[in-house]
Amino acid sequence: MSDAAATRPITEASSDAASAPAKAGQSPWSRAWRILRRDKAAICAFVVMVLIVAACLAAPLYAGYLAKTDPFRSNLSGSITVGGESMKIMQASTTGLGLGTTPIAPTWEWQYMLGADNQGRDVAARLLYGGRNSLLIASAATLICLVLAAAIGTIAGFFGGWVDMILSRILEVLWAFPVYLLAISLSIVLLTQEIWIGPFHIGSGSLILPIVIIGIIYVPYIARPVRGRVLSLRESEFVLAARGLGIPRWRILVKDILPNVTTTLIVYIPIMMALNIVTESALSFLSIGVQPPDASWGTIIQDGQGLLYTRPMVALAPGVAIVLTVLALNVLGDSVRDAVDPRTKLR
Amino acid sequence: MSATLQRLKITSTLLAAGLLAQTALAGVASAQDRKSLLEEHSGGTMILSAVSAAGTIDPQVNYTAEFWQIFQMTYDGLVKFKQASRSEGFEIVPDLAEAIPEPQDGGKTYVFKLRKGIKFADGSDVTTKDVVASFQRIFKIHGPTSGSFYNNIVGADKCLADAENCTLDGGIVADEDAGTISFHLMQPDSEFFDKLAVPHATILPAGTPATDAGTSFIPGTGAYMIESYDPNDKMVLKRNPHFEEWSVEAQPQGFPDEIVYRFGMKEESAINAIQNGQVDWMFDPPPADRLNELGTQYADQVHVNPLAAFWYAPMNTNLAPFDNVKVRQAVNFAIDRNALVNIYGGPVLAQPTCQILPPDFPGHVDSCLYSKDPGTSWSAPDMEKAKQLVEESGTAGQKVTVVAEDTATSRAVGTYLQSVLSELGYNATMQAISPNIQFTYIQNTDNKVQISVSQWFMDYPQASNFLNVLLSCASFTPGSDSSINIAGYCNKDLDKQMADAMQTAVTDPDAANEMWAKLDKAFMEQAPVAPLFTPKNVDFTSKRVGNFIFSNQFRWVIDQSWVQ
Repeated sequence: MSDAAATRPITEASSDAASAPAKAGQSPWSRAWRILRRDKAAICAFVVMVLIVAACLAAPLYAGYLAKTDPFRSNLSGSITVGGESMKIMQASTTGLGLGTTPIAPTWEWQYMLGADNQGRDVAARLLYGGRNSLLIASAATLICLVLAAAIGTIAGFFGGWVDMILSRILEVLWAFPVYLLAISLSIVLLTQEIWIGPFHIGSGSLILPIVIIGIIYVPYIARPVRGRVLSLRESEFVLAARGLGIPRWRILVKDILPNVTTTLIVYIPIMMALNIVTESALSFLSIGVQPPDASWGTIIQDGQGLLYTRPMVALAPGVAIVLTVLALNVLGDSVRDAVDPRTKLR
Repeated sequence: MSATLQRLKITSTLLAAGLLAQTALAGVASAQDRKSLLEEHSGGTMILSAVSAAGTIDPQVNYTAEFWQIFQMTYDGLVKFKQASRSEGFEIVPDLAEAIPEPQDGGKTYVFKLRKGIKFADGSDVTTKDVVASFQRIFKIHGPTSGSFYNNIVGADKCLADAENCTLDGGIVADEDAGTISFHLMQPDSEFFDKLAVPHATILPAGTPATDAGTSFIPGTGAYMIESYDPNDKMVLKRNPHFEEWSVEAQPQGFPDEIVYRFGMKEESAINAIQNGQVDWMFDPPPADRLNELGTQYADQVHVNPLAAFWYAPMNTNLAPFDNVKVRQAVNFAIDRNALVNIYGGPVLAQPTCQILPPDFPGHVDSCLYSKDPGTSWSAPDMEKAKQLVEESGTAGQKVTVVAEDTATSRAVGTYLQSVLSELGYNATMQAISPNIQFTYIQNTDNKVQISVSQWFMDYPQASNFLNVLLSCASFTPGSDSSINIAGYCNKDLDKQMADAMQTAVTDPDAANEMWAKLDKAFMEQAPVAPLFTPKNVDFTSKRVGNFIFSNQFRWVIDQSWVQ
């Protein structure tokens, strides 16, 4: 009985869809999937994301077999052969007063395709390795953020009263801090020392730190809309009916409320991923995200900052990667929102 | 035979007289040259730039290269480093004192005679009272070097214990009628004049409040006075109306009428402004990616000069794995110093080194223990030997963190060291922390820093300013942010040898320098630090700047350049 009630609002919502009328017996998920498959922008964005993820996953293959380089080891005195000519990776100036050294320019061959950074490391190989970290941190932080936000928002909205008051005030305090200021404060405190939580140990340069920091700072951004959704669901007819039938509160929460919050959370996944990639890059650029020898797109941009005049590719390449990824995720996010919650399209 | 001798005597006398006359004439000619140069080039406004201001303009408090350079034009001490080119700038000349006094009482007493007729920028006369009050003030305001530079003056220990009531009774005695000031030291100090020649020993009016002056100008005796200072905007220096040149070597009359020091302009913008003639000079080093452009297109406006400094990696001798001398030696063998020179901007801007005392510095004798071919200079890293030492130490696989400053060069050096340590078999990471806290962070043993990236620039040209300051037991204070012996290395035997060298320097500086050379080598045998390279200074000036003079002590002698 309650299971039937739980599915009802989503089915009702489906019947409202103007763009894709629901077929009898079709689940809202398959209907959303059908809409997404017809959305060309979504498909393009998805393909771009798949290509980026695949390229990043293939980083060890690229570095080991094609570029034949270790992107984490300085190579300041090495040289390579380009077009049959031996070239120093770090080239000392031979003109004028002989001031300065410049890393090798993009060769557009497998080795040093995008040139070298100020440590003589292959930028293309680092870009792929950096992408792995950026995507990993963004995904994991998104997951943490969604889980925490769902839990806090649902509990606050469903139980109300003093529980809601306390949780809402905590969210407001967190909300009141500028995001980057909060992230920087947390990073400075956490990055300079090792952390022991019971038997668990987090090293000072661990990737877990930026993941947790980014995961926490955006919780209010999702928890508040989730709470709002739960507040409206709590007063909806099917929940009132379930209460009237004496169904336990935990069962209403799990079976009736949570499934209806899931759509809100799904819509946020790509948007939060995009936001987290940008945040991770910003923190790493400020030296408080990913720590050397690990790389991320943010740290590579930072490495390139000092080479903007002579080797702009070092900063440009990760910048383009971030723009492409964030753009693809935002397009995907819009499409997912339209597919999962078609009413938004009508507003 | 006797007639021949007589002729020789006459000839030599005539020659000597001729030489003397030539020297005198040269002096007169040079004075005339200088006068005509002053007439020709005096005037105009010189515009300087720095990314940020350097804090207080109280000369007895500020401890930065940026403002010590400015204080050369605005303040004087009893003695001063000569305002002259290159190593001549290391020479100490009398300033407010008439002459450099001879030591008395076995080097424990010095009597200075004050010049007459010198006035502060507020028009008041400089008297012996001002000298005594100035030295008392060093302690009353808890000056940063009160406990290290001036603690040897009799009565200093009482002043350090009770700063407010500091009198230096028995330590500095003024005789107003004779115009003399007697300094009494607890022990002979071969570096006494060096310590009197830095801006902390500036002579200020006796009535100067015993608090940090902050942004307010305390009247000085220099050729210029600071008319206004806003750390977020600019500092304006104007000619001191009461200044009359008394020593061209110590406080020469300057060329520009006005000097404006602007703060807040980033390096890239400053470079562009200098190229466009809107700014005359920038304090900060030019960004690495502009060096080639400057050296090629603006070669005649670029001035490259050596610095008495070195970049080094202190290794914590009390923490694993660097508590093992073999590991410290391994790091020294493994570092490719040419690679680090490349990071700094190439061989024109830096020189590989594997010893502590910089080249052309008192006590320096070429030596390199950690090279493929150990000898007098570094040739190449010896990774094989380094790996063998690590294997013998049994420390491979341990976790090591390199702590660098979050600046482009320090970060790059730290990343390189992390890479070398990884190659040696350690689980190495690098941490770059804010330049505002890194220097104190790496000094404090509570932070358990294993290896870091740091630099040391001399205060004055004495070997002890490197070896004794950086590696003596007295410089190591566990748990303190002010423990400049970052390696935490304490060797009582070498400490005693350093004390002997300092004692010897009072009477025989050359013998002392030989002792320092041996000490330099002895410290490097124990390798508490890994010297990396000695940097050079790059000054980029606008087209209109003329007569650029670089002193090895306080760098560019600003007011001796002209802008018109």
